Amino acid sequence: MKLLIIAGPPSAGKTTVARQIIKQYLPDTRICYLKIDVVRAFEDIELAEEFHIPTKKVYSGDVCPDHVGILVLSDAITWAEQEKADILIVESAGLCLRCSPFLTQSLGIVVVSAIAGIHTPFKMSAMLGLSDIAVVTHTDLISQAEKEVFRERICEVNNSLDIIETNAIQGTGLRYLFRAIENQEPVQDPGSITLLGAPPLGVCTICVGKREIGWQNHFGMIRSLDNPDFSFRGD
Amino acid sequence: MQLQEIVEITILPGITRDGKPEGFDRIVISPGDTLSIVGPTGSGKSAFISDIEMFAHHDTVTKRTILVNGTYPPEHFIRNPAQKPVALITQNTKCLSDLTVQEFLGMHVRSRKMDETGVINRTIILANEFTGEKITASARMTSLSGGQTRSLMIADAILISDAPIVLLDEVENAGIFKEKVISCLKNHRKSLIFVTHDPLISLLSGRRIVMKNGGVDRILEPGDEEREAIAWVTRTDETLCQMREMIRAGELIRSVSCG
Ligand SMILES: Nc1nc2c(ncn2[C@@H]2O[C@H](COP(=O)(O)OP(=O)(O)OP(=O)(O)O)[C@@H](O)[C@H]2O)c(=O)[nH]1
Ligand SMILES: Nc1ncnc2c1ncn2[C@@H]1O[C@H](COP(=O)(O)OP(=O)(O)OP(=O)(O)O)[C@@H](O)[C@H]1O
Ligand SMILES: [Mg+2]
Ligand SMILES: [Mg+2]
Ligand SMILES: [Zn+2]
Repeated sequence: MKLLIIAGPPSAGKTTVARQIIKQYLPDTRICYLKIDVVRAFEDIELAEEFHIPTKKVYSGDVCPDHVGILVLSDAITWAEQEKADILIVESAGLCLRCSPFLTQSLGIVVVSAIAGIHTPFKMSAMLGLSDIAVVTHTDLISQAEKEVFRERICEVNNSLDIIETNAIQGTGLRYLFRAIENQEPVQDPGSITLLGAPPLGVCTICVGKREIGWQNHFGMIRSLDNPDFSFRGD
Repeated sequence: MQLQEIVEITILPGITRDGKPEGFDRIVISPGDTLSIVGPTGSGKSAFISDIEMFAHHDTVTKRTILVNGTYPPEHFIRNPAQKPVALITQNTKCLSDLTVQEFLGMHVRSRKMDETGVINRTIILANEFTGEKITASARMTSLSGGQTRSLMIADAILISDAPIVLLDEVENAGIFKEKVISCLKNHRKSLIFVTHDPLISLLSGRRIVMKNGGVDRILEPGDEEREAIAWVTRTDETLCQMREMIRAGELIRSVSCG
């Protein structure tokens, strides 16, 4: 079974890209789909109705969706294997741009919308840095000049990334994504899959629900407005 | 393969929406050629130029194949925008960045690693030939009208992208000087492909490709046969342009001077 991890900011076009992948490989391939989101997601129902494939969703609630993704992933692989899937697609909400959900033994696909603005690639360096392929969606809506600049900026963040520009609704240009999926090695040993990147440093007291403003009221990694260096305050 | 060496684009037939083969052998487009793609809504006009834009290789819904100089082009040629010989200007083409015209063009020039400073000014000057509403270097991209944006994109495609093949999807609605655009692109030896519903643009193109049900239905090469119609449409179009300018200027139109 091949494992595809699709991540990217809200409304970037992750599900639209997943749909194109599913369309491309049905009916000869068995595909399972897992969506991880914070509070609300409908993809599992929509894709199950549209394609009659096994789907699931997981809500991460108060926890970073990428972290929950890691927690549930080995169960998800077992589920997909029981479903005799050839491909497991995991769509992560990707809200926390510090984290990167990409794993070993899988194809990491980051989806970015070109209409998010030409500075977006810089803000997504954690995700862009660790993925194999960047799918740039909504290129039907922007000028040639911006398309080129967007590509340049992604290259600046990760020069070895395979960049694919698409109108994801029509599926234009996705031939190179399909080729990468075809060339992807199946999962060898689910027990040894790990995160590609180091997760962000530690946890702060805001993470655990302390609501006062001001670093004076918090512990863990803290900083003031003018001092850019984080320091650690114990307990 | 270098951009300068581009001689021609060849379109090999695909299938219609019903899966029937298209009834042409091949369509060859050489530098300086103008084609218009016409046909009813949904007939496959945009799909046709999208095939050219992405160098379809039997892998799009239409199953067409596009060759460059008679062979299938290498991958970097298709994927690297700085080497890609095609610029597409769609109906949707917008600039989203909140930049001035000067900054926007500068950004494009830098991403292409061109070191020519004069090109920005030349692009703005050229764009102003295509539109009656003056574009200034310090105007914000987001405040430009549809016609101004389109004019600037076309000038950008000619001078900065310098693509030998320019595809224009329904440019006529934008209020630009169509004849100027066509003659300028011809002068620059660009191959030009228009998707259009506009009589003037259709008649001014050397070849007319008629789409029906997802496939090419007919290829017309009218030559001299439409001379009379071209003369009439050109005059009418001039009259309409004048009227448009008068209306814009708040004038009353008391007489019409059109033959
Ligand atoms: N024009 C255009 N619209 C697109 C493109 N890709 C996606 N969309 C539209 O953008 C919207 C969001 O797409 P989704 O695929 O739902 O995005 P997502 O990343 O799955 O969103 P979440 O899972 O909610 O974070 C939908 O309305 C899509 O139809 C594209 O390439 N061009
Ligand atoms: N040969 C074909 N086989 C199957 N589907 C096709 C074919 N050609 C076009 N289509 C599909 O038909 C739809 C309409 O085509 P397209 O958008 O190209 O029409 P159009 O002529 O540009 O219409 P409009 O005038 O409204 O812009 C698209 O979804 C396109 O992918
Ligand atoms: Mg989604
Ligand atoms: Mg169209
Ligand atoms: Zn996180």
